[in-house]
Amino acid sequence: MRASALRRLAMTLPTLLVISALIFALLELAPGDPMAQLPDSIPAEVRADMAAALGLDQSGPVRYALWLRQMLVVEPSVALDRLLGTDLAEGAPRILSWQTRAPVMSLIAQRLPQTLAVVGLAYLIGTLAAVALGVWSAARQGTALDRAGTAVAAMGYGLPPYFTAAVLIYVFAIWLGWVPTVYDTTHRVTGWDSAAVQLRQIILPVAVLSLQTTAQITRYTRAAMLEALGQNYIRTARAKGLTQRRVLLRHALRNSWVATLTVIALGAPQVFAGAIITEQIFGVNGIGQLLIQSLHVGDLPVVQTVTMLIAVLIVLANLAADLLIARIDPRPDHG
Amino acid sequence: MDNARRHTLGVMLLGGTIALVLLGPLIWPVPHTAMDLGARNAPASLAHPLGTDQLGRDLAARLLAGGRISLAVALVAALVGTGLGLAIGLAAGMSRALDAPLMRLTDIFLSLPLLPLLLIAATVLRAPLAAIFGPEAGIFALITLSIGATNWMATARILRAEVRAVMKRDFIAAARLAGIGPSRIAFFHILPNISAPLGVSAAQAAAAAILMESALSFLGLGFPPDLPSWGRLIYEGTPHLGTYPGRALWPGALIAVTATGITCLGDRLGGPPQ
Repeated sequence: MRASALRRLAMTLPTLLVISALIFALLELAPGDPMAQLPDSIPAEVRADMAAALGLDQSGPVRYALWLRQMLVVEPSVALDRLLGTDLAEGAPRILSWQTRAPVMSLIAQRLPQTLAVVGLAYLIGTLAAVALGVWSAARQGTALDRAGTAVAAMGYGLPPYFTAAVLIYVFAIWLGWVPTVYDTTHRVTGWDSAAVQLRQIILPVAVLSLQTTAQITRYTRAAMLEALGQNYIRTARAKGLTQRRVLLRHALRNSWVATLTVIALGAPQVFAGAIITEQIFGVNGIGQLLIQSLHVGDLPVVQTVTMLIAVLIVLANLAADLLIARIDPRPDHG
Repeated sequence: MDNARRHTLGVMLLGGTIALVLLGPLIWPVPHTAMDLGARNAPASLAHPLGTDQLGRDLAARLLAGGRISLAVALVAALVGTGLGLAIGLAAGMSRALDAPLMRLTDIFLSLPLLPLLLIAATVLRAPLAAIFGPEAGIFALITLSIGATNWMATARILRAEVRAVMKRDFIAAARLAGIGPSRIAFFHILPNISAPLGVSAAQAAAAAILMESALSFLGLGFPPDLPSWGRLIYEGTPHLGTYPGRALWPGALIAVTATGITCLGDRLGGPPQ
């Protein structure tokens, strides 16, 4: 294990604490009052009881500590109870949505499959395409194909997803009518016909999301491949009479994995943030839409928890990237 | 594409957009808020070269006005972000004591879920800032400051490395021996030697700012309808994509052209090796 990776590991918890405090502090400034819509006829003492039930009578730091306890102790033990049939939570209050009065975690559990189906698939396809494109254009460096690939990658960088989405929807959904404009999450795959419908509706969101991923990862893969291809061991491999395929995949690609995998690991959680926009465009009722809807109605517990969840994903991905580099980078450690 | 041609392309795209947005009103002096209620949802015609929206407002005029807002946001947010990044990069690169804490701070900011946090900030801080600066300046300050405050990390990291490299050079040692103070060294000896990466970082910050602003506006949490940034125009146009595709496609194309132009400029010196 490398010193730099260990240092990162030690930084994970403080980082998450700072981020959670930041999110909480920002939301403390929110103007909304969950009691504002209650009728005036409610007596003052009942009103005070209701505020206490929502935890509003406590001071900021106390509510922050309670929120942390709910996130770290109560919710995981509820999940364990569900899994093992135990009673660790002992009916402790969970994080509740102000709008629906349902536990935030079950709202998230309802939304997560849709996000994962669209975003996860998009990231997988985008990553595979990017690595293939990066290897391919590095192997044919300087040809028209390489230049076209680099130009497309540069454009994918600058093109905002809502623009590519608008163009793709206009061309493929409205003009050609091949695919639907919105993503129907109630659609169930039961046979070949419904599978075809599912395939058609998932094409556009996946294309929009993966274009972004592809652009980013292609640039790094290509650069790392080019660096590897200039090394002496490649010349040796060629001199041994190995095929181009073997040289590229077994020798050059393996040595450029460090850079490529780092970008892939670091990019994964950012896709969740990008999904906020893509879900909004295609009407996917995933995590991103939950966040936007909750923001619009001022449902702070949901906003707080979803944002924190994305933050945790980002921190974990950073950590995974560091550990991965420490594991696979053959160069000696100077950290 | 080689670097020189990419640079030319970047200059052409960005310069063309800036010229269009600044000089456009001289050629097309229709106010973007004027409503022509007799010509609502009008197709492209001589009176309205790109058509009108559901309130009869001229789309060409709204695009020009939106461009001025989007580019102003990019400029100010990039100034804020690059300024912060420069200050932190200089401090971390020059002072051993400040280096570790500042870089940990940078790491923490890099782990922040930026889009969700900016969405929260845009919702929560809207009313207080509008009360201080007035409704229009308030929303402008909110968006530029919050984008700038979350867009300095890459600059700080790059500049810290550059500053450290410059600090090892002999002329810095000479300047120190001559008794020159740290702020003078930073300003007259280090700054001229890191101007190239500084420029690239600023360009990249501007491109990121324009995309972030339009993302906020696209989600309905950015500029209000009477301050139509390009992102806001896409937000308004997307529901009518089937009937009036131009309303979302024109502003989207302009954002794409601007961001691509800035990225091409920045690529020339920064970015991954070609």
